[in-house]
Amino acid sequence: MNSIVCLKEVPDTEARIEVRDGKVVEEGIQYVVNPYDEFALEEALKWQEQNGGKVTLVSLGPERARESILKGLAMGADEVYHLSAEAFQNGDSYATAKALAAAISKLGEYDAIFCGRQAVDDDNAAVGIMLAEILDLPHVSVVSRLEIDIDAKSAKARRDIEGGQEVVELPLPAVITAQKGLNEPRYPSFRGIRQARQKPFVQWGLEDVGLAADEVGAAGSKLEIVAVLPPPERPAGRIIEGEPDEAARKVVHLLRDEAKVI
Amino acid sequence: MDFELNEEQRLVRDMVRDFAEKEIAPSAAAVDKAAEFPAENIRKMADLGLMGLPYPEEYGGGGGDYSSYAIAVEEIARACGSTALIYAAHVSLGCGPIYNFGTEQQRQTWLPRLCSGEGLGAFGLTEPEAGSDAGSTRTTAVRDGDHYVLNGSKMWITSGAIADVVTCTAKTDPGAGTGGISCFLVPGGTPGFVPGKNEPKMGLKGSITSALSLENCRLPADHLLGEEGEGFKQMLITLDAGRISIGAMALGLAQAAFEEATRYSKERVQFGEPIAKFQAIQWMIADMATEIDAARLMIYRAAAMKDAGVRFTKQAAMAKLFASEVAERAAFKAIQIHGGYGYSQEYPVERIYRDQRLCTIGEGTSEIQRLVIARQVLGKL
Repeated sequence: MNSIVCLKEVPDTEARIEVRDGKVVEEGIQYVVNPYDEFALEEALKWQEQNGGKVTLVSLGPERARESILKGLAMGADEVYHLSAEAFQNGDSYATAKALAAAISKLGEYDAIFCGRQAVDDDNAAVGIMLAEILDLPHVSVVSRLEIDIDAKSAKARRDIEGGQEVVELPLPAVITAQKGLNEPRYPSFRGIRQARQKPFVQWGLEDVGLAADEVGAAGSKLEIVAVLPPPERPAGRIIEGEPDEAARKVVHLLRDEAKVI
Repeated sequence: MDFELNEEQRLVRDMVRDFAEKEIAPSAAAVDKAAEFPAENIRKMADLGLMGLPYPEEYGGGGGDYSSYAIAVEEIARACGSTALIYAAHVSLGCGPIYNFGTEQQRQTWLPRLCSGEGLGAFGLTEPEAGSDAGSTRTTAVRDGDHYVLNGSKMWITSGAIADVVTCTAKTDPGAGTGGISCFLVPGGTPGFVPGKNEPKMGLKGSITSALSLENCRLPADHLLGEEGEGFKQMLITLDAGRISIGAMALGLAQAAFEEATRYSKERVQFGEPIAKFQAIQWMIADMATEIDAARLMIYRAAAMKDAGVRFTKQAAMAKLFASEVAERAAFKAIQIHGGYGYSQEYPVERIYRDQRLCTIGEGTSEIQRLVIARQVLGKL
């Protein structure tokens, strides 16, 4: 069973994001593998252990992302194609999905494409689904449990929906986006780290995926980011004084009439 | 001059840090409180290939450098002092002598088991009458045909009671001073090798520290490590490397104390402001940050020198001396910043303070480090 895993490098979820002149300040930010992509990779590795085959990482991001990608290789992926060329960068979900799809269609036979449900930086939750659309593949998103029958080339996925769960059957190859809880991602072992640096690490530019500069990155995007704003400062908490009965009444009043949350 | 870790070292740091934060730190308080050997931590570290990290793959090791190993100790110590001590003692003192001085057969017999983490190694050097004066060992080994018969007692042996193999010093030629000392590989369970009880300690309570008794303990002659009379030299070389790891452990504990203190100082409000806004607190934090940074540079330099194959005795002693004393000051300040809460067992700085206290004592006291450094600086007087 051959799997492809899309992996994105994102700022550490604990990083303090600062906005200056309409841009996120990059200095001082620690970068990590998008946590949902780790679930995706773990799932691919799990099914590889059972069914054999190969796990290929595809990542779109700047040169800087090399170390995060190496972590994916250290966890056990076999090879990586890194769309590191400048032209690919700063695209919207569509341009990114288009580039990834072009890369993936150069990679030969595969049974599944695993993505995280979303990246935790821009939180669009769109690339995986767009990728399926461009490649004309079925997809199932936000998957919290997966069974694969490789002989029947089919998968059964469970996904959390409002108030319940949905079970979806779909033929392979397909795109599956991973939700937290799908598995427990492994830690790379020391041996994995050493091996990672020997594994095929291929950097791809425009000509390798057969796209033109105006089809990808910022130039190929359908969206334009017009402003980046920091979240509003959280106002200080308010202490409601008085006897418990009276204070509770006041809180309810404020929640209903002022905050309008109940 | 390059002050950056290389790519592999950064990956090791990130992996061990992530692992230690999620898998080891959560149980650190419970390990301390129950004085319980953290077997689960060691098993998980073995799964990640950490237990033989700096030894060659042909012996089941990870094939990594000593710098990566020092970084691993630092990151483990940041999460749990007890686990870090067990780890450092196993890798540096347990595996080190066998790898450095063992015959091919001794390496093949012991290292794969130790490097895989299937068993632990230990080093039996200290005795009731031979602490800093390690040359005054009273344990004897008398040749008897194809065997040696060992008699004596050891003190404060980390993991000695549970180890698969303990490298013990003993006098094979009592008249020859330090030149009459040899090292022997004593397998756990050998008749006449009797571990004592786990000593209750001030800190690092999850690590098992025992006296060991050798009572007519008969060992096949091929359990001699290297040649007769080389034991003292072997011990000095082992401790040189071990000091880097004890320094790394002190560094990790100092870092943990520092992080606890900075976080607390931003949360704790007195006189209407977080105490981090007061210069009295800021100065303590600035001093901690500066000293820890210096200690880290010294530890990494000593490790890098070992990796480069140059003599590092002086730099290891300096790094261990400085880092362990930095840990003491950092833990002291962390408690000071916490005030009454710092003295409570509910906050981790109390444990860190007790845990770090070993670091100016184990593998050579601060006084012995100064002696080593002075001898290196002054030369023969």
